[in-house]
Amino acid sequence: MSTYQWDWGIILQQVPESEEFYYQWLISGLGWTIATALSAWVIALLLGSLIGVLRTLPSRPLSFIGTAYVELFRNIPLIVQLFIWFFVVPELVPTVVGDWMKRDMPLPEFTTAVFGLGLFTAARVAEQVRTGILTLPRGQKNAGLALGLTLGQTYRHVLLPMAFRIVIPPLTSEFMNIFKNSAVALVIGLTELTFQMKQITGDYAPSNPIEVMTLVSLLYLSVALSVNRIMAFIEKKSRVPGYISGGK
Amino acid sequence: MIEINKISKWYGDFQVLTDCSTRINKGEVVVVCGPSGSGKSTLIKCVNALEPFQQGDIIVDGISVADPKTNLPKLRSRVGMVFQHFELFPHLSITENLTLAQMKVMGRSKEEASQKGLAYLDRVGLKAHAHKFPGQLSGGQQQRVAIARALSMDPIAMLFDEPTSALDPEMVNEVLDVMVELAQEGMTMMCVTHEMGFARRVANRVIFMDKGQIVEDCAKEAFFGNVEARSERAQQFLSKILQH
Repeated sequence: MSTYQWDWGIILQQVPESEEFYYQWLISGLGWTIATALSAWVIALLLGSLIGVLRTLPSRPLSFIGTAYVELFRNIPLIVQLFIWFFVVPELVPTVVGDWMKRDMPLPEFTTAVFGLGLFTAARVAEQVRTGILTLPRGQKNAGLALGLTLGQTYRHVLLPMAFRIVIPPLTSEFMNIFKNSAVALVIGLTELTFQMKQITGDYAPSNPIEVMTLVSLLYLSVALSVNRIMAFIEKKSRVPGYISGGK
Repeated sequence: MIEINKISKWYGDFQVLTDCSTRINKGEVVVVCGPSGSGKSTLIKCVNALEPFQQGDIIVDGISVADPKTNLPKLRSRVGMVFQHFELFPHLSITENLTLAQMKVMGRSKEEASQKGLAYLDRVGLKAHAHKFPGQLSGGQQQRVAIARALSMDPIAMLFDEPTSALDPEMVNEVLDVMVELAQEGMTMMCVTHEMGFARRVANRVIFMDKGQIVEDCAKEAFFGNVEARSERAQQFLSKILQH
């Protein structure tokens, strides 16, 4: 430890045999991390809400589909899922589709990471949305139906607005997780932040790994904290006057 | 107006309603009472199909509730319901609570719906609270809003499922006053309640239920006036709740 030569200047140095600088690699990696996480979050939130709702419906087949989805995607490690989407699925689908996935699909690593991460996180979001709906008093659904709203309208206007408010705290954790989990996409070659960190510390500047790792950790930390603040703001904005929901 | 014909309902093996039949004519006020677990709330929820039943049928204004072809949302929109726990929508303002179904179900414009809703809010004495949220009102006030919300749909009949059981004693009367006024205006009402004072004052008939069956179904005068002629179970019930 005492012999470690700290040199924060490494960040600003040029990459050997390249026009670029290390900090540019890190910024590009951060960009891919954010793009991947945000795109996957859109899928996770939309699909997760749908699956979560399915699990609360009176229809048994629909509820079964929801349950099967959650158990399948929640119980296989994310890294295995990404491998399967990237290497296995193109071999299993019809040749035309498989060839397209291998040759013509735009940004294959990014696209696969977005869908893989999105579908994985959707299972977790689904559980939270379902919990939120089940937390509501049973009479709320009856009140919506008794007024003549259809079941769909009752979900849309009565149940979901409250269910989402209730699950903002766990959804915040999940939103933060999706940024951290996106690091797993380095295994399929997505040049996100952790990929760049590994590349710099492993292949290019092995004598100064701690500076790079520290900076990368700080970048993840600041992204997570920003997400947390944004969600806290949304929670505050959507707070229902007079509605008591715990607190200190 | 509401005809209940021999309905039976089971939860698995347990029979909660057995061959219940009665009718509520236009303009009639019928009070349903009985010990807890006797099936009163289940029966009233069958009327607008919030609870399914396995046998028998209920005809509301000529429309069968059991018929799978019946448009249930439409039928429900014509029958107002008031719940024990109010069930206002907490994330919507009082005005929005009053207008949501008018707009989504009846297709009324926002202006028309607010006008109608606020007129009923005024009638229950809460016009000043239009901009507030349910959580900012007392239980009695919330229940009065819930009544105004149901009335805003121009119902042909009103169902009350223990509307005062969840209220602090001091708030019971403000809700009962609204209900009495409604009854005196000729609204068709089916009320599950233990408020015997209310029953004496405005009910035309009283139904007494026990163990999922309608044990008594008679005119108010007979129910309260001629207690000796009532079933033993009804007498016991009455002697317990009228003791004090």
